[in-house]
Amino acid sequence: MKRVLFILPVLGFVILLAVFFAGLGRDPRALPSAFVGKTLPAFTAPPVRPGDVGLSNTDFQAGEPALLNVFASWCGPCRVEHPVLMRLRREGVPIHGLDWKEDAAAGAQWLTDNGDPYIRAGSDPTGRTGIEFGVAGVPETFVIDKHGKVRYRHVGAVTPDVWETKLRPLMEKLRSES
Amino acid sequence: MSAEVGQFALILALLLALVQSVAPLVGATRRDGVLMAVGRQAALLQGGFVILAFGCLAYAYVTCDFSTALVARHSHTTQPLAYRIAATWGSHEGSMLLWVLILAIYGAGVAFFGGTLRETLQARVLGVQGILGAAFLSFLLFTSNPFLRLSPAPIEGTELNPLLQDPGLVLHPPLLYLGYVGFSVAFCFAVAALIEGRVDAAWARWVRPWVLAAWIPLTAGITLGSAWAYYELGWGGWWFWDPVENASLMPWLLGTALLHSALVLERRGALVSWTILLAILTFSLSLVGTFLVRSGILTSVHAFAVDPERGVYILGIIAVTTGVSLGLYGWRAPAIRTGALFQPLSREGGITLNNLFLTALTATVFLGTFSPVFIEMVNGDKISVGPPYYARTFGPLAVPLMALVVFGPMLNWKRDEVRKTLARLRIPLIVAGAVLLVALPFGGLKGVATAGGLALAAWLIVGSVAVLGRRWWSGRAYLARSIRTTPRSIWGLALAHAGLGLLTLGVTGVSSWETDKVLNMRPGETVEFAGRVLTLRSLEMVQGPNYEARRATFVVKGRGPEYELRSERRFHPSAQSQTTEAGIRVGPLGNLYVSVGEESADGVIVRLWNHPLIVWIWIGGFVMSLGGLVSLSDRRLRVGAAVKQAQPLAQPVPAE
Repeated sequence: MKRVLFILPVLGFVILLAVFFAGLGRDPRALPSAFVGKTLPAFTAPPVRPGDVGLSNTDFQAGEPALLNVFASWCGPCRVEHPVLMRLRREGVPIHGLDWKEDAAAGAQWLTDNGDPYIRAGSDPTGRTGIEFGVAGVPETFVIDKHGKVRYRHVGAVTPDVWETKLRPLMEKLRSES
Repeated sequence: MSAEVGQFALILALLLALVQSVAPLVGATRRDGVLMAVGRQAALLQGGFVILAFGCLAYAYVTCDFSTALVARHSHTTQPLAYRIAATWGSHEGSMLLWVLILAIYGAGVAFFGGTLRETLQARVLGVQGILGAAFLSFLLFTSNPFLRLSPAPIEGTELNPLLQDPGLVLHPPLLYLGYVGFSVAFCFAVAALIEGRVDAAWARWVRPWVLAAWIPLTAGITLGSAWAYYELGWGGWWFWDPVENASLMPWLLGTALLHSALVLERRGALVSWTILLAILTFSLSLVGTFLVRSGILTSVHAFAVDPERGVYILGIIAVTTGVSLGLYGWRAPAIRTGALFQPLSREGGITLNNLFLTALTATVFLGTFSPVFIEMVNGDKISVGPPYYARTFGPLAVPLMALVVFGPMLNWKRDEVRKTLARLRIPLIVAGAVLLVALPFGGLKGVATAGGLALAAWLIVGSVAVLGRRWWSGRAYLARSIRTTPRSIWGLALAHAGLGLLTLGVTGVSSWETDKVLNMRPGETVEFAGRVLTLRSLEMVQGPNYEARRATFVVKGRGPEYELRSERRFHPSAQSQTTEAGIRVGPLGNLYVSVGEESADGVIVRLWNHPLIVWIWIGGFVMSLGGLVSLSDRRLRVGAAVKQAQPLAQPVPAE
């Protein structure tokens, strides 16, 4: 019996190793884009800002392309992209927000303190809504077209560079689509 | 020319490492003195050649030899000299060379200073060290050769990542590597002990200083890294639970456990096989720490090249070192005699509990770091865990551990009594209780956490002083004499534990009272923030050695004399990237942190943070490291290692 105890570490390690080898082939930045090209799954997220209406998939079928930005107050890179989002909002780009894995109160506080770039902001305290469309971490930004279809997914902060080279051209193209 | 010399030196070092991994192991089995001596010579020569190779690469960087591909990728003629030198280890290849360099120097150290060890033990340690050296040298030469040439040589190189051009980052990687690789010595001793099938006093006396010698730079390195992230990344945080940070925290946690369990082994001969297991696991986690982020399994803000070939090689090395040593452990450890028994309430008992908590904390961080990998294996979902996970799991385990820290040194070895222990702890108990009572009435639920954190900090700091006090006021000798004769290891213990208290104070302060504000400011505009009045005096373009920057100068009034704060947004043209230099006013009560962001239509976006007590986090970390250093300088550790006879382990005193 005692011997078994001493063999446990090596057994555990072998299992761990198998998982690592299986995980080796994949590129951690190549995230599944299963939803690109598909309509947003149906969801309703309660409001972040008290007394607000929250966010649901129907908000994205307004005949205009929009951005869906997944954020959290505990997320460092979100602070980096936040000024960019504020600027886009001033320029009239429609952005909706999903506050991921935290209490709505924390998200609301964050928006009050730092400024609020979102038209609609939904709260996702358990991360379940985010899982629906495959959020891997924050920040992530989806480009949704006029018909509520996901057209692009950007993982990481939206820097001025990302906006100029990737998101803006796509948004312009989507706007001209019928 | 220097690249070729370096290349040859590395090849020779690899051949010597191969000799070192065979000769002494065979020699120890056959009791062949000549073969064992060959192992020692090989270790010394290998050290010399790796130093030569590293010198060659550093020389190529200093002289801006852009015909060396690595130099062309990470250096630039306008880059200041200090950062050209630091760029030597700023790349994947260069940092691997640094890793091998430290490994080889430690190996040579065991060969040079280990003459007092039993000859077969030293030979086996060197043999295992040789195997590690050969594995990493071949990894370096075959997958990450730092000396590849570039033809035609470019006239100008690409700059080192501007984020890494910082005094903190010049020291951060070498310190971490000194720590990671330092644990390799404990690992080699553990494996050698398993091969020998015996653990004796000389073994324990040798291992502890090495563990301490690894723990000190690792502690300092993690602290430095946290400070760097604070002032350089411009996010105003001090710990982000990023995979790379976790990767350095895990060996630190287990290494801390090892440090304590090795103490029990040294003093009382108990926890023998547990200490060996910890030594193996600590080094394995160090390997994970160095490599996992490079293998492509996890992603992180600390970007290194992801290359599947390297990943396979790295995992292969981890698989063999950890797998074989754990297999050896399962096979040989049951035969190693377990040491003395002890009562649950005793210093041994306290340290065992400390080890349980530290191991559980390591497991928590491990699960948090790797759960994305596991979960994807199970159902294909990509998920990530953030600070909320750690707040719920790490905190509740860390708090009881911190409360426990003060008990350990106050307990007697072998056995103790509850009432006597509490009596010894009455002063820290009273102080911590008083802090709790005073702080509790302020604030609601958050106030409870704050009061608890402050009380815990007081408990740790006063409890550490009490360790000294107990020694000084125990009667017999004069006070001055007892202060003078206090061993440095006791001073070290008190410092390290007090450092943990300072860290707790800082964490409590910043997580309870942090405030921040974002606003758009025009030159001349004034804002009130955290009891101060800030005026944006000027906004101008300035030219640095290898960057151009928009500099915002603020004048701050309130709380003492008025002062200036400057924050810059730097653009590095040759690297095509931007960095932020935050303006930080550091103070014992709190930091004011100003960081300029994007230019807006009229003015600039400004972020302000007030970070109360945050500086104590890093002071605490460095005090802990200093405590280790003081302890390492203790005469007992130095003399202890020199005990020549291979005595049996300090005869265990039966627990009555």
